[in-house]
Amino acid sequence: MTKSTVLKLNGLSKHFGPVIANDNVDLSLNKGEVLALLGENGAGKTTLMNMLFGHYLPDSGSIDVADEAGHLHPLPLGYPQVALASGVGMVHQHFTLAENISALDNITLGSEPLFALRRNRREARRKIEAIMAQSGLTAPLDTPVGRLSVGERQRVEILKALYRDARILVLDEPTAVLTPQEADTLFQNIRQMTDEGLSVIFISHKLREVLSFSDRIAVLRHGKKVGEMLTADADEKSIARMMVGADTPELAGSELTPGDPVLTMTDVSVPGRSKRDTLTGVNMTVRAHEILGIAGVSGNGQSGLANVIAGLTRPEQGLIRVDGVEITSPTPAKMVGAGVGRIPEDRHHEGIVGAMSVAENMVIERLNDPEVQSYGLLLREDIQDNAERLSKAYDVRGPGVDAPARLLSGGNIQKLILARVFDRSPRLILANQPTRGLDMGAAAEVGKRLLNARARGAGVVLISEDLDELLSLADRIVVIRDGELHEAPGRDREQIGLMMAGEPA
Amino acid sequence: MMDILNILLSESFWAASLRIATPLIFGVLGALICERAGVLNLGIEGIFVVGAMCGWMAVWLGAGLWGGVLVAALAGGFFGLLHAILTVPLGLSQHVSGLGITLFATSASYYTYRTALPNVSSPPRIEPFQPLDLPVLSDLPFLGSVLFQQTALTWLALLLVVVVWYVLNRTALGVAIKAVGDNPDSVDAQGLSVYGLRIGAIVVGSALMALGGAFLTMSAFDAFFFGMVNGRGWVCIALVIFASWRPGKALLGALLFGAFDALQVRLQTEVGALVPGQVFLMVPYVLSIIALVIAARSADYPRALLTPWFKGQR
Repeated sequence: MTKSTVLKLNGLSKHFGPVIANDNVDLSLNKGEVLALLGENGAGKTTLMNMLFGHYLPDSGSIDVADEAGHLHPLPLGYPQVALASGVGMVHQHFTLAENISALDNITLGSEPLFALRRNRREARRKIEAIMAQSGLTAPLDTPVGRLSVGERQRVEILKALYRDARILVLDEPTAVLTPQEADTLFQNIRQMTDEGLSVIFISHKLREVLSFSDRIAVLRHGKKVGEMLTADADEKSIARMMVGADTPELAGSELTPGDPVLTMTDVSVPGRSKRDTLTGVNMTVRAHEILGIAGVSGNGQSGLANVIAGLTRPEQGLIRVDGVEITSPTPAKMVGAGVGRIPEDRHHEGIVGAMSVAENMVIERLNDPEVQSYGLLLREDIQDNAERLSKAYDVRGPGVDAPARLLSGGNIQKLILARVFDRSPRLILANQPTRGLDMGAAAEVGKRLLNARARGAGVVLISEDLDELLSLADRIVVIRDGELHEAPGRDREQIGLMMAGEPA
Repeated sequence: MMDILNILLSESFWAASLRIATPLIFGVLGALICERAGVLNLGIEGIFVVGAMCGWMAVWLGAGLWGGVLVAALAGGFFGLLHAILTVPLGLSQHVSGLGITLFATSASYYTYRTALPNVSSPPRIEPFQPLDLPVLSDLPFLGSVLFQQTALTWLALLLVVVVWYVLNRTALGVAIKAVGDNPDSVDAQGLSVYGLRIGAIVVGSALMALGGAFLTMSAFDAFFFGMVNGRGWVCIALVIFASWRPGKALLGALLFGAFDALQVRLQTEVGALVPGQVFLMVPYVLSIIALVIAARSADYPRALLTPWFKGQR
């Protein structure tokens, strides 16, 4: 196998507002190589690849791509068309297929002249069949894509890139939607293709598949490349340490003795529609003066857990007690009434009603309260005063309490939600990804508020994909995987990382 | 009962059905193209009026019949472009924009008509399209009078059914239009322009709608009246669903509606003394609602219909 370089990323950086998605990342790829790009959620893997494919324009840095003869040329940035033409193909995590047309039509879409009276389907079919034979990727060509299985659809996506003569293939979490058997087949196909000279980057956070199928591993963490090694020299421990970092942050909260349980879940199961909202036999206790951290790779049942605690889903079986009182057939209103405060994952859609004013959003969870209404009429002045007071106390900045809530920035929307939740002094706080997408200052504010609530005697369930956040805030950490909870034996990030990835601790 | 059978077997009934169906065929095809690309065009009712007015006026001003057809198509395409700009790159509500286009286009047509002819009580007549009298074929029993005595515009409508079917199912352009109506990301990822495809489909679709209007003033009648479109555009919107967005079924749906309408006129004269005439006027609409209820249950909507798409947001 030749060792010529086919791709070089030089010092790529990308900011989204105050958030640094990529910071001066260098990466190179050799011909016929499988490079695994590893990292936690939000580490910047997808952003990096989107810059390569021209979806995002980097703030600084450059990209060199080899032509067919193997000479490196700088790639004009920000043009998916140019990236395609230079032989870079990308398979997104979310498929970009039209379901009402056949696989063949999806593959040839865009590569034929639009206004020709006749199509040369025979020629196209011949070329696709040759690629299928060479790569081992097969899919029925004439069935509408809507009727294909997920595995077949993914093969169509890859065939799309190969049909455009991709020499570099980027796969964004290709196995996320596949069964283990489909994943194995996919990796065999990838091997077959790299033997033919294709170079592959695949994004993953599954250690096992990375170790068995890649040649080289690059690890991103907080937008920076923190390590690179040959797969032959790597083992699970060293990669896990690189992914999550070696230093364990100090526990930010003071020592407090946990009090009585504020939330007990006994053998709770939810048959969800997908893996992300399925729970299996969950047992969990959160006590007063305690923050329980839920760690896990996204889509492992976090949504299911949050929905049960918020009263949005009724579990198929199991017991839920809030403050010692059993909640039968929970509803959101019952849970709020029982003292649960909710900081939802999607703050823009589930946290606020964007068209309503800031003041109205601040009382929206307690419209029956006599402080808010009297005989069904809203007490506008009281609502107004309440909003002024909370805005000051929680530093909600924006165009004023009468302005529609959607005009606030993400950080201020989160402060609005915090004000609404904490002002009621809830017994239990459900915080689902409370700092995602916030800048450092706003994130620190959220952490401080959670710690204050803990000191006051509330229990907190903190769901986060950021292990640093959990380690610095949570008294205790459990790992959620495939809808099951596993108690983490300690605060060892390596071990937690391994548990998240599905390895026995 | 015998009366109805007699009607159904008469040549004039079927000839009338096809004649009534013609503007609907244009309209359904136009709406179908727009919706296949993912954009609902409720401007159709107004675009019918524009087509009727512009086509007629162009002929009246001396453009010739085919010149009138061209002017009608261009005018329809212009209002389609307006709808396209509002709904595609700007991503505004397709319902609101469409209804706005209908109100705007209708009023603009009436205004133009009144400005050009401020003082006439009955509109000036033009010499409309005449039935094509094809030798031999026109003399065939039954088929001769049903098929071969229609005007050139009816033939154009039937031809367009075939053309639209061919384009949608046999050309790369058709594949791209269907794809952009199902998942715009699929088109974008392959380097085609989502905006270009959608705008193009809406403009062409709107031009076809305007031909439906032009048929009214240039073939069915010989002058322009206020209110002459009379809901035909809305019927087309329903027929598209009935047709499951397929040109062949669109033809069938238009013919079915045409037959209902032709039947109701004849029933009125047969049994008009017993039942108020308004009941018969309702018949085609009631029957289309029933047909729609049956057909729409299995309707396979273009998945991206009504959903605006913006570049760079995925």
